[in-house]
Amino acid sequence: MTMTEFTAPHVTTREPILRARNLVKTFGRVVGLDGVSLDLYPGEVLAIIGDNGAGKSTLIKCLTGAEVPDTGELFVSGQQVHFKRPQDARVHGIETVYQNLAVSPALDVASNLFLGREERRAGLLGSVFRMLDTKGMRRKAKEELTRLGISTLQDVTVPVENLSGGQRQAVAVARAAAFGSKVVVLDEPTAALGVRESNQVLQLVRDLRDRGLPVILISHNMPHVFDVADRIHIQRLGKCAATITPQSHTMTDAVAIMTGAATA
Amino acid sequence: MTQQQTAGPPSAGHADLAEEFLDRQTPLSRIRNILHRYPAVSPALVLLIAVVVFGLLNDRFLRVENLSLITQQVSVVGTLAIAQTLIILTAGIDLSVGAVMILSSMVMAQLAVNNGLPAPVALLAGLVVGLAAGALNGFLVTRFRLPPFIVTLGTLNIFIALTLLYSNGATVRGSAMPPLLTWTGTTFPLGPVRISTGVVMMLLLYIAVAFILGKTAWGRHVYAVGDDKEAARLAGIPVSRVLMSVYLAAGAVLAAGAWIQIGRTNAASPNAGVDLNLDSITAVVIGGTSLFGGRGSIWGSLLGALIVGVFRNGLSLAGLDVLYQTLAVGVLIILAVSIDQWIRKVKS
Repeated sequence: MTMTEFTAPHVTTREPILRARNLVKTFGRVVGLDGVSLDLYPGEVLAIIGDNGAGKSTLIKCLTGAEVPDTGELFVSGQQVHFKRPQDARVHGIETVYQNLAVSPALDVASNLFLGREERRAGLLGSVFRMLDTKGMRRKAKEELTRLGISTLQDVTVPVENLSGGQRQAVAVARAAAFGSKVVVLDEPTAALGVRESNQVLQLVRDLRDRGLPVILISHNMPHVFDVADRIHIQRLGKCAATITPQSHTMTDAVAIMTGAATA
Repeated sequence: MTQQQTAGPPSAGHADLAEEFLDRQTPLSRIRNILHRYPAVSPALVLLIAVVVFGLLNDRFLRVENLSLITQQVSVVGTLAIAQTLIILTAGIDLSVGAVMILSSMVMAQLAVNNGLPAPVALLAGLVVGLAAGALNGFLVTRFRLPPFIVTLGTLNIFIALTLLYSNGATVRGSAMPPLLTWTGTTFPLGPVRISTGVVMMLLLYIAVAFILGKTAWGRHVYAVGDDKEAARLAGIPVSRVLMSVYLAAGAVLAAGAWIQIGRTNAASPNAGVDLNLDSITAVVIGGTSLFGGRGSIWGSLLGALIVGVFRNGLSLAGLDVLYQTLAVGVLIILAVSIDQWIRKVKS
C-alpha cells in the first residue's frame, strides 16, 4: 500500500510529542492494528478517520494505555514509553475522552473531574485521615469549566446522570483538558451532540491547540474533521492508508481513501 | 450515548428541548430527585413512621428499656450490614457474611477457652480469619472474575462446613470465656438508657465507614467502581485493587461483628446466625442502597437494620405471631426495591 506523508508547513521542523511506530494489536484472529505509525506535533490537531472496524478505537486505546499493543514502539517527547494502564499514559500527560464517556453517572460533576486524582485536605486531616478537599475540588472544577467556556455547567454538585448528553460530554472533555499536559485525545467527541454543543466542543479543540496542546480527534463527522484538523490520518483495514491535510484533499477524496476507492 | 449520527439541526433542537425538559419538573419528579440525591431519606421516613405507629399501638414500645433492647437486637445485623453495604456498593453481593462472622466467633471462643490463649490474641486470630475470608472472596472475584453471588454462595458453604468441622458442632458458653470476649455484651447507663458496648462499637464502625466512604478518595472509588466499572478503569482507578480492599475491609468488619455477636448472645455457637446473611442484605436494601451498585449510603443500612428491628419488636409487642413479622419484612424488601427502581429512572 502506498503511503504519502503530508505535513502541515508550520510543524515540520519540530520534534513530535507523540510518536508511534509499527503498532500491531490482534484480538484472537482479528487483526485490530496492522503496523500503524503516527506522529503528533506540538500545537496541531490530528484527526483520525476511518470506516467502522478500521482500527481507530484500537489505535487510540494503544496510544492511551487502555490496550497494550502486541508489538510496536511508542515515544513521548522522544522518550520511549510502555503504557500498561490508562494511568501510565496520564502520568505522561496524555488525557483521553473515550467514546463511551468514561464518567461515573452517580458521582457529581466535580467528583468526576477529579476522579482518580482526588486532592486531599492540607495538614493532618489530609495526611493522616486522608480526607478529601471537597470544597477545593469543587471550586477548581468551577474555575476550570469557566475557563473552558462551558457555561451550561455551573452547578458542579449535580450528579452527571442528571445532565444532558452534551453536558456529560463537556464534563469529559473538561477533565481531559484540565489535566492533559501534553496530549488530549478525543474519541468521537461530537457524536451525540447537537449543533450548538458540537461547535462548543470544536471551539474547545481550537482553544486547546492555541494553547499549544496537541489534540488527537477521532470522528466520523467529515465537516467537523475538515473544520478543525491540521492533518488527517486515515485508517483502513487496520493500517494507515494515508495522512492528508484539509488543504491537500477534499472530503470526497478522504472518503474515497477511507473506503479504498482511491489511494492518496 | 451510542448515537453515531452526525450532528444536525434537528438534534440540536432535541438537545435544547431536553435541557428545557430538565428544568421543568413536576412535584413528583422533584421528590424523586431528592430521594435520588439523598438515598437515606426514604428509610429515615419509614423508620419515623414505624416508630410513631408502633408507639401508638402499644405504649410499652416507646419505653427506653424497649428502645435499648431494639438497638441491642440490631447490633449484630447492623454490623454485618456495614460489610454488606461496602460490597453491594461495588455492585456485588456477599452471601457469606453470616458464615464468616460465625467462623470468626468460633475461632475467637475456641482459642480462648479450649486452647487457653490470651483473649487479645484470640480476638486477633478472629480478625485474621475475617480478613482471610475476605481475601478469599476478593481473590476469586478479582482474579477469576467470577460473579460475587456465585463466589460467596460457594464460600458460604465452605465457611459453614469449616465452622462445624472446627467446632465439632459444640457451642462455647460465655461463662467459660475470658471477660474481654463477652465485653461487647456489657451495658452501661447513659442517662435513663442502658447502652451495650456492642451497640457503641457498631455505631463507631458506622461513623468510621461513613467518613471513609464520604470523605476519602477510596470511598469515592468504591462508588465509581460500583457505578460503572469500565468508566472507573478508564478514569485511572485500579478497579481490582479497590475491589480486593473492599472485601478485606468487609472481612475486618465481620470480625468485629463476631465479637459483638459473642457478647450479645453470651456464647459462640456454630449454629447461630442462619438468617443473618439475608437479614444483612435486607437491611442494606431497605436502607436504599441499590443492588446494582454505586448508589446508596451507609447510614441507610443502619436505618434499614433499625427498621427491621423495629418491625419485629413492634409487631411482637402488638401480639402478632412471628410469621407476620417475616411477612412484614418480605413486603418491606419488595417495597424498597420498587422504590429504588423508581428512583433510578431519573437517569433516563
